[in-house]
Amino acid sequence: MPEDDKTQPTRREAFIKLGVGSVVAACAGAAVFGYSYLSPNVLYEPSPIANAGKPDRYPRGSVTQDLEAGIYIVHGPEGFYALSATCTHLGCLTVWNADLGIIACPCHGSKFSEQGVKLEGPAPRGLPWLKVWLSDEGELLVDRASVIPPKQYLRT
Amino acid sequence: MTLQDIRDTRVWRSVFRGGSGATNLRRSMAIQQNVFLHLASVKARERALQFSVTWYLGTLSFGTFLILVVTGILLMLYYHPSVPQAYADMKDLQFVVSAGVFLRNLHRWSAHTMVLLVFAHMFKVFYRGAYRKPREFNWVIGVVLLIVTLLLSYTGYLLPWDQLAYWAITVGSNIMSAVPVMGQKVRFLMLGGNTVNANALLRFYVLHCVILPLAAILFIAVHFWRIRKDGGLYTGHKESQ
Repeated sequence: MPEDDKTQPTRREAFIKLGVGSVVAACAGAAVFGYSYLSPNVLYEPSPIANAGKPDRYPRGSVTQDLEAGIYIVHGPEGFYALSATCTHLGCLTVWNADLGIIACPCHGSKFSEQGVKLEGPAPRGLPWLKVWLSDEGELLVDRASVIPPKQYLRT
Repeated sequence: MTLQDIRDTRVWRSVFRGGSGATNLRRSMAIQQNVFLHLASVKARERALQFSVTWYLGTLSFGTFLILVVTGILLMLYYHPSVPQAYADMKDLQFVVSAGVFLRNLHRWSAHTMVLLVFAHMFKVFYRGAYRKPREFNWVIGVVLLIVTLLLSYTGYLLPWDQLAYWAITVGSNIMSAVPVMGQKVRFLMLGGNTVNANALLRFYVLHCVILPLAAILFIAVHFWRIRKDGGLYTGHKESQ
């Protein structure tokens, strides 16, 4: 070895730095690679838009639950609206109790009115109102992915 | 032919190189030269073997783990992690497969028992103060093993694919999404989607049958090895000084 020059790294130190740097870069690359591999790019999940059929299926003053779609179609005095049937607490499927006139969650006992207003916890919020419109064929369509402010009714 | 004759054969000696003989050296080598036994100490204090010291809770936890591995592998032979086949396979195991209901129930009860025993083991270690120096790191390994045990329990919960499983995992994954900033992402990665579905079932199956058991075996090996390295089982404050 030549005379120690403290300011200049030795070849060995330089190679150690290069090696450590490569390992760090490889780990970062593996993390990015792993994250993107584990995130599915294509999901075979049902479309957020559910077809609820012709409006005349729902008599005025009725609350109808679509179990498959996880929504309620309500035909109130002011018109149609749709509520998500998924409890805002931890995601259980609520159910309409016609005798009591409330929507209740079987998991932890939350209760909602037929307008989706929270009556009793532990749910933090009421049930969200969902966008409803009529298709060209005159059928009710509900977009489960778009939440709208309450009290927007669809008149047919 | 006596046992000693078998031990003196060339085949036996090729497997167990230490040879036989009732000397302390031979006995030590029998432990040291065995890949499984070498994790354990060659010698143990007589006090450490008494029931009152440990209540054998660690060994019992490991015993339930072994039962779970054996019954789990057997259950895998009839179980398809797909929707809706998983539920039908679970019902077949209960009503159609010979001894299927026995294996399924043994797996289930051992799982419950293991969680109970692991907690009991931790309480025993904690209240006896066995986690203290020089055993702090083995306590940390123990905490990791507790988490692995709970994750094994949780991932196994979904596999029957019945109503209880579906809603329990829905609730559990929604609890997870309450984690600040990354909660939603972690939930998405864990379920492989936005809802508990076929992807979630497959991911939970792989975690339950491959990744988590391997992690458990790895940490159990370190856990046992550290008992030896930390000076054997904690037998009370007088002995450890």
